[in-house]
Amino acid sequence: MTDYAESVRGRADRALRLRAIWRQVPRVLVVGAIAFAIAYVLFITEVSPLSGGGSWRTTTFGSAVHDPGSFLKIVLDSLTFASALFIVASGFALIFGLMRVVNMAHGAFYLLGGYIAYEIQQSMTGQGFSIPTSEVNTWEWLLPLLVAAPCIAVVGLATQQIFLRWNQGQELRQALITIGISVIVADQIIAHFPRATSTVAQKFGGNAVSMTWPGWTDRFVDMHVWNVEYSLARLVMFALGVAVGVGLWLWLYRTKAGIVIRAGVDDEQMTSALGVNIQKSFAIAFVVGSALAAVGAVVWASQSNIASGQDGQWLLNSLVVVIVGGMGSIFGAAAGALLYAFVLNFSASYLPVTSADCCGQYSPIFTFILIALVLAFRPRGLFGRGG
Amino acid sequence: MNPREWTPKQQLERGIAAGVLVLVLVWPALFGSYWSHQILTETFLFGIAAASLTFLCAYGGMVSLAQTALFGIAGVILGNLVTQGGPGGTSKALHLGWDPTVALIVTILMTTAIGLVLGAVASRSTGIYFLMITLTYSVIATYVLGQVTKISGFSGIGGINRYTPGWIGSILDHPNRLYYIALGVSIVVYLLIRYVVRTPFGITLQGVRDEPLRMNSLGYNVPLHRTLAFGFAAFLASLAGVLYVWWSGQIAPGNVDLPETINLLVMAVIGGLWRIEGAWLGAFAFIVIENYVRDFQVPGLSFGGTLFGGSFNTIIGILFLVIVCVSPGGLMGIWDRLVAASGRVRGAAPRVPAAPAEQ
Repeated sequence: MTDYAESVRGRADRALRLRAIWRQVPRVLVVGAIAFAIAYVLFITEVSPLSGGGSWRTTTFGSAVHDPGSFLKIVLDSLTFASALFIVASGFALIFGLMRVVNMAHGAFYLLGGYIAYEIQQSMTGQGFSIPTSEVNTWEWLLPLLVAAPCIAVVGLATQQIFLRWNQGQELRQALITIGISVIVADQIIAHFPRATSTVAQKFGGNAVSMTWPGWTDRFVDMHVWNVEYSLARLVMFALGVAVGVGLWLWLYRTKAGIVIRAGVDDEQMTSALGVNIQKSFAIAFVVGSALAAVGAVVWASQSNIASGQDGQWLLNSLVVVIVGGMGSIFGAAAGALLYAFVLNFSASYLPVTSADCCGQYSPIFTFILIALVLAFRPRGLFGRGG
Repeated sequence: MNPREWTPKQQLERGIAAGVLVLVLVWPALFGSYWSHQILTETFLFGIAAASLTFLCAYGGMVSLAQTALFGIAGVILGNLVTQGGPGGTSKALHLGWDPTVALIVTILMTTAIGLVLGAVASRSTGIYFLMITLTYSVIATYVLGQVTKISGFSGIGGINRYTPGWIGSILDHPNRLYYIALGVSIVVYLLIRYVVRTPFGITLQGVRDEPLRMNSLGYNVPLHRTLAFGFAAFLASLAGVLYVWWSGQIAPGNVDLPETINLLVMAVIGGLWRIEGAWLGAFAFIVIENYVRDFQVPGLSFGGTLFGGSFNTIIGILFLVIVCVSPGGLMGIWDRLVAASGRVRGAAPRVPAAPAEQ
């Protein structure tokens, strides 16, 4: 009898050990893949000959060891893009973290904020479609931002008070409601912006517009490393991202209002049982979250442009950042934004270019791989908590 | 199956269903071809896609926004496999020129396999997280199709409906065949879903929907069941995708982008996310509105031409918002409530599956 029990136990032990080893396999694979990716960027890649064609290790840039200047530029590109991502996504994460509301209208709010700021800048400078950077002063950039953000904050507050307050806790219904709002807002943006195009014929040109940075940002800064000169506007963007991050951190972790909001994230019922007006916190979260969408829109519209249809793209950006970073934490949003921006930029720059007409952009596939990897190990994101 | 054992509500609903079935069977023979070849065929195939979403939501508790992506993936795979390029086929694709029947089977298998992989990645997430992950699938699918020019590119693949299996014949010359195929597949899909949810797998899936933790402690593999359900839904979506490319002849990233994803969700929600029948009802309502309200402009909110906003999307958005706010069960939910309210069926037990637990 004991022999039998022993043999059963031995078999169970062996099975468990095998399973433990088996469980380590994905981890090893992931570490190996990451190590290979780093080695690839640092040492293995080489510049493709101009005629196109070449081996599996030809890219637009050479390896980081041979071409450190390009490498640094891509790092800076990633950092600055991450800061724009962070500004938009932190608003999304704030609303999601506190209220468990997936604000599907975040992209539409982003777009609306961008167009409002654009119209204000246009009317302030009195210029036509494209404004020379030298003719915009700081005030003419800042005021549109300071008007657009409260406008979108009001839109967000109205959305929350009218449509989301009475069905709290019904996450799916709230997500569907915000989808409905985003459809209407996006359609109305097409109908009404930009204001200057007033005829049907002009509308055929599409409605992509871009804002203009203040004139003093229009120069390149010598970084004193590897002869790299970098756009001051993008560095300003990075500074803004850091400022938003630090501001949010101070607000959430160093003020009483922030402590109340974090308590609400952790345990909404207990917080309101302690006599805190949780409804007020919810309203504040929506105001700040929506305003951040507008701030991000102004920043990115100045750097790049905005056009209808991009609401989906920025909703995706926010979603990926929050999924990867985990909800309810600004560190998660920051980590998610950084990872996402690095993966996007590096896969666009360092993946093999084999021929002229194929495979220019693998980046979306790598975005998916990033999400899959993070979720495989941490279903709630890198900084996500609880079940 | 004895009609006398049915509840009065079942008698009523099955009576209506039989009437509708007879009507759509004789429709092409009696009425105009615009309705049968445009509106109804489109209703059938989008109804199948919406049914795959409704199935996941009603019985798995998973609101998936990836169904449009899977639908498009099936179309793109079929387009790559069957088209032959050459004169008249300038669109980008691999142009493998396979036998259409083989390509059809491979398309469905591949889409189901892709669905299983996507489902496996998302299977440990629930509720709103699942919604977000599947939404990223859909957006990523759009970009992959748009940017990997070897398989599709932004202009997509055209002329796919010239390559149909020999046993179907040319659907360009005989649009009624496509109508009846779409109708037949719709009926089969409906019956298949009704069958699957009664199998042990379907019952377990409903257990997983309501009590994932308890099912896990009972020894059921919860992520596996979610993955399999997602794979089954991918199979249904692939059928809809194949029918779509036969119907419209083309597939492009624009068919799977965010607006289209939301359109499919709108169809499912208008019809009702808790009853399979709602998928076709919602698709029908959506497509009729789309076809007849296109040119209507909302006073004060529209710009000018229908291309420029303020018309169809605003109307459908408002309608969607009203339905979600007033009746989360959609039109089928309104129907259920009406029947329950009317005195004829007082005391009858509702046979609606319980609403998915909010998580």
